[in-house]
Amino acid sequence: MTVRTRVAARTGAAVGMLSRRLGAGGGTVIGGRVSLAIDRGALGRLALGRRLALVSGTNGKTTTTRLLTAAVASAGPVVTNIGGANLPSGLVAALSRDRSRSPAVLEVDEGYLGPVAGAVQPVVVTLLNLSRDQLDRISEVRMLGARWRAALAGLPGTHVVANADDPIVAWAAGAGGGIGGPVTWVAAGQPWRADSSGCPRCEGRIHFHCSAGTTEWACGCGLSRPPPDLWLDGDVLVGADGRRLPICLALPGRCNLANAAMATAAAAVMGISEKQALSAMASTAEIAGRYQVVRAGRGWTRLLLAKNPAGWVETFDLVAPAPAPVVVAINARVADGRDPSWLWDVPFERLAGRLVVASGERALDLAVRLAYAEVDHQVVPEVTAAVEAGLAGGPGASAPLDFIGNYTAFQDLRKALARHRRGAGDGS
Amino acid sequence: MGAEGAPVRQRDSAVSIVVVHPDLLGTYGDGGNAVVLAQRLRWRGMAAQVVEVASDQPVPASADLYCLGGGEDGPQAQSAGAMAAGRPLSRAVEGGAVVLAVCAGYQVAGEWFAGSDGRPRAGLGLLDVRATKGSGRRAVGEVVAEPVPDLGLPVLTGYENHGGLTTLGPSAQPLATVRTGVGNGGGDGTEGALGTRVIGTYLHGPVLARNPALADLVLSWAVGPLGPLDDAEVEALRRARLAGARSGRGTRWRRPALSVRPVAPLSSSTSGAG
Repeated sequence: MTVRTRVAARTGAAVGMLSRRLGAGGGTVIGGRVSLAIDRGALGRLALGRRLALVSGTNGKTTTTRLLTAAVASAGPVVTNIGGANLPSGLVAALSRDRSRSPAVLEVDEGYLGPVAGAVQPVVVTLLNLSRDQLDRISEVRMLGARWRAALAGLPGTHVVANADDPIVAWAAGAGGGIGGPVTWVAAGQPWRADSSGCPRCEGRIHFHCSAGTTEWACGCGLSRPPPDLWLDGDVLVGADGRRLPICLALPGRCNLANAAMATAAAAVMGISEKQALSAMASTAEIAGRYQVVRAGRGWTRLLLAKNPAGWVETFDLVAPAPAPVVVAINARVADGRDPSWLWDVPFERLAGRLVVASGERALDLAVRLAYAEVDHQVVPEVTAAVEAGLAGGPGASAPLDFIGNYTAFQDLRKALARHRRGAGDGS
Repeated sequence: MGAEGAPVRQRDSAVSIVVVHPDLLGTYGDGGNAVVLAQRLRWRGMAAQVVEVASDQPVPASADLYCLGGGEDGPQAQSAGAMAAGRPLSRAVEGGAVVLAVCAGYQVAGEWFAGSDGRPRAGLGLLDVRATKGSGRRAVGEVVAEPVPDLGLPVLTGYENHGGLTTLGPSAQPLATVRTGVGNGGGDGTEGALGTRVIGTYLHGPVLARNPALADLVLSWAVGPLGPLDDAEVEALRRARLAGARSGRGTRWRRPALSVRPVAPLSSSTSGAG
């Protein structure tokens, strides 16, 4: 490591600490920005000599990163970026905190994957899925896929773990003609198809058809679903050689079985056996607050995060059935995407038959969407008041109230509940 | 312009609303426009049917209303190509149908548009407009636009996200004048275009969700005069969006992404342990 990089890393870490002490924030991003400003090559140099795994995609990045970290940690110390700081500044901050040569598992924003992978030369890159998200900030998904493909073509030493069920991801990872290193194809599913019916290679049309329980896809140009090396049979991970490994997770839902399958494949590349990886993942119960059940005023609420249409569709599967009320909170800050038009891509009609409390800074946009979906709703912009309203409209304390927020709305509720808890603690 | 002298179609069945190529032109929630149109008919006691026509199916010329949405460059060209033969939308409009075309769909509805290689591709010729590639920057942000007076509409609110520039030919009228945002982007301050029973616009939101009066205008072209609905909830949203645009949340040009240099080759000075 150069003196410059060392100074950059230490100054960044110190600024991050100062930021945390002053209560200005988590300190991760500001510290990382200082490091990058001092040494533009810091990321690459901090990565030198480490075995790195990168995880990217539209949905499941944080969860898969956490599961993979748990797996790699079963064999020794590991560095990771906790807290969703997945831009280059956050990665620099994460690597600066540990200047040993421990392996690192890093979640990377999908728009930055190419340059980050080029800078850190990872052992393995895990590509989960690509679908519409924050279109005012991130490029259209097809363009992202093409950029991933170009970046991976320049990294023949990197092993790619890719979702065979997502045509854009499969194209990015080298389907239809090898572009680089070895690929482990995982049939991780992609229930959201609205962004992948146009072929990423020829602009023709991708056709999906179900056969024997799996969904094949193909375009007339010859691009088609690669034969998977790993797939899910319910909650069992199955290998192409017939091996079967039960997945036992504390996390709910189909999407997390898929995340675990992807993490297991990446762990194998990092030298952790599938069995050891799966057993290390079993106890992970919440991911930065997601799926956590917390005390909220007079009752309990379960925190669910959904950031884009594909994520909402997966989340609706987890929600308690009607007539249990649900709180839905929507913001449109930079981290959420400034344009909440995507609300109209989400099948909110599925929430009919119950009270939905529309909350967040864009509660009115959501209210109009719910009105057209003919879903009974009430507008309560402030998130803790919305949870109170949901608890008041519920059947009682028999089950926690489901709260679904997009990115910053979810963080707003977590912070507010933490403040309330501290307040209660001070008073007792 | 608009629906002047247009025959209102006689019908004895549900009003049919076709979402054209949602697999190609469905990127920005614009499918919501069809939901808004259908619900506003149903809430007035009229039957409405939304039909999504994917790009491998023929687009029928017999529907009452057609909605085209936003999409990426490649799919946009594919959509135009798929409708070149048989000109279903031109025939439908000649027969009295109404078209709402948004963003990429707006460009498809024009005379021609620049493909992803920059070369012109033939549009559907429903509007006398042409779309070229912009400077490489995208217009992204809230839009407030004043509709042309003869439409009798209140101010339009929406969200734009496009790289193309649209210029209007002599037989197209602008839909509106931009107050906040970029709109057509040709320097004349216009937004969207208006032909006979055809509206083109860059506004997402979706545009009809945020502008119920525009939705009712489009519907009235297809089914005749309509009574009022209670739009209190939408009016609250409109007030919030218009206030938000005034406080500086308008269009910005998208900044280039932070570049990260790849790792430098090892030299003697970079090889020490950290």
